[in-house]
Amino acid sequence: MTSSFLDNAFFRNIYCNLASSDSARCAGGGPFGDGLFPPGWEWFAFLVTAFLTVFVVINGALLGVNAYIWGERRLIGRIQGRPGPNRWGPFGLLTPVADLIKILTKEDIVPAAADRLLFFLAPFLIVVPVLLVFAVVPFGSSSWVADLNIGLLYVLAVLSVESFAPVMAGWGSQNRYAMFGALRAVALLVSYEIPMVLSLLGVLMIAGSLSLVDVVHAQSVPFILVQPLGFLVFFIGTVAEIQRAPFDLAEAESELVGGYHTDYSGIRWGLFQAGEFLATIAGAAIIVTVFLGGWRGPDFLPSHAWFFIKLTGVLVVMTWIRGTLPRLRIDQVTSFAWKGLLPLAALNVVLSALLSLIWPAPTNGELWIMVAINMTVAAAALIVLGQFGPKAGERPTPAPVSTLREATPGGGN
Amino acid sequence: MYGLGILKGFGVTALNAFRSPFTVEYPDRRVGLPGLARSAGINPLAFVLKRPKDALKAVLGLAKIPARSQQHSRFRGQDFTWYVERCTGCASCAKLCPLGIIKIVTDPSGRQTQEGEVYDIETFDIDLARCMACGICVEVCPYDALHMGSGFERARYGFPNLLITVDELKKAPKRPSTWFRPQLEERGYHPHKSGQADWRLVGRHERPTAGQLKRNWVDDRAK
Repeated sequence: MTSSFLDNAFFRNIYCNLASSDSARCAGGGPFGDGLFPPGWEWFAFLVTAFLTVFVVINGALLGVNAYIWGERRLIGRIQGRPGPNRWGPFGLLTPVADLIKILTKEDIVPAAADRLLFFLAPFLIVVPVLLVFAVVPFGSSSWVADLNIGLLYVLAVLSVESFAPVMAGWGSQNRYAMFGALRAVALLVSYEIPMVLSLLGVLMIAGSLSLVDVVHAQSVPFILVQPLGFLVFFIGTVAEIQRAPFDLAEAESELVGGYHTDYSGIRWGLFQAGEFLATIAGAAIIVTVFLGGWRGPDFLPSHAWFFIKLTGVLVVMTWIRGTLPRLRIDQVTSFAWKGLLPLAALNVVLSALLSLIWPAPTNGELWIMVAINMTVAAAALIVLGQFGPKAGERPTPAPVSTLREATPGGGN
Repeated sequence: MYGLGILKGFGVTALNAFRSPFTVEYPDRRVGLPGLARSAGINPLAFVLKRPKDALKAVLGLAKIPARSQQHSRFRGQDFTWYVERCTGCASCAKLCPLGIIKIVTDPSGRQTQEGEVYDIETFDIDLARCMACGICVEVCPYDALHMGSGFERARYGFPNLLITVDELKKAPKRPSTWFRPQLEERGYHPHKSGQADWRLVGRHERPTAGQLKRNWVDDRAK
């Protein structure tokens, strides 16, 4: 760990007020005189400050979920020609609060045949890993809980843990619909994990580090320009990984009632929903950090403001996608991952490797040359890949019908 | 090329997001300052000076103005418009009602019914709880006394309250639907825009003049 939340002036001031005897960090005592705790109690001051940090980050994320639920419902409403929630509070801002109260007061039903341990664990397993992601996200130029030197690997690993939750929920509730949803979720996650991780390799080659803070520092040119193919694959992969529309077939309400959370009710169902929206925000935060330059931006706004402006932009685009595209079939989803995204990701890896052989530590000018090369190759690759799809107005050939009928003796009528 | 259709779809939804919504917000609509000022009929600046408290509410997004959807004039509502001046108490509506939910009790006592006078209507009960709004009672009314209403807010907290009594019919605002009443449409009547309709307006024929009445009822008998 190279640095921690004590780099943030706000938390360092709190820490130094509690333990001014820590001369390594708080030279000259805290801003308000001597520390509260006697010498030797620095660990306790650290503990208190750490808990405060975690409290702020987790509650900030949950508040962000509420704001995002409101924003998404309003925007989707406008896309569909209706005003969206506008009855509760000014502009409907209190609607998520009303929803939460409703969810908390609902009956908590457990199916009689449920595998109780898995059934109870699944909602927590979908929320906790996403909250863990926020530990490494740099919100501003000196605001993060921890700067892990394996930050990106940590994010991918923690997000993979989340894919256990649908399986546990589907299996635990002993319900056919839930099981179908869980199986679809697994197929989706297995398909999209690979191109998503591959698309990050190009970024790592240029940045030369897995730490998210270092990745942001390396982006004198935002990586969305340097790695257009990587961005495209990672964005689609993230949307699929967090199972939002058009990849929400694991909880397709028109086919599977509710998918893997069919049998959940009350606050457990609410945890699933909160986990989904938290994952959306976490995914958007990773996209902003890795591809859009994180907190970097012109100086007239503070770094946090730039981060949240970019985050809002990515979330709006995700909502836009949700309001536009219809849900895909499971075979379309997997074939898109294996035939579309995987070749693009592989091409990106090869190209990035070649370019980083030529320029091992790219300067600003060399980065712009890479932008030109990568953009050209990306456009060419997309056009070539586009030739393989159905032409405009052409219907895809239907899958071959089972030959069982012709095989039956006497022919089939 | 594969994928261009998706981009076209994004363009459609983006344009849609900036159009005003189609939803009719009932029973009231939240408005900002311009909308509230427009509903009050003055410009926003004058509104701020005159009613600063309401203006602040509007800026915070808390101001409401009543909103009603504009039904078509032929919309058959959940109530009836009845003109006691036109009703003779013939009870055609009660006889023809497929569900038998209209009950009419008339009092002929003390009235010269033979001389073109009317019965006194004591009871005119319509049980809305079982009414299917077929409109046959309106079709058969020979004197155009009963019309479908144009209201749509007749939800009540119990079955007994759904019974429309004669007093309620007399007191109800007279906004007849123009369904099965082409004469109302010919006269340009609209239940939501034109205000209440007098009993003289709603008949199939012009109101007879005093001379016509004399010819019909006095001169004919004198022959």
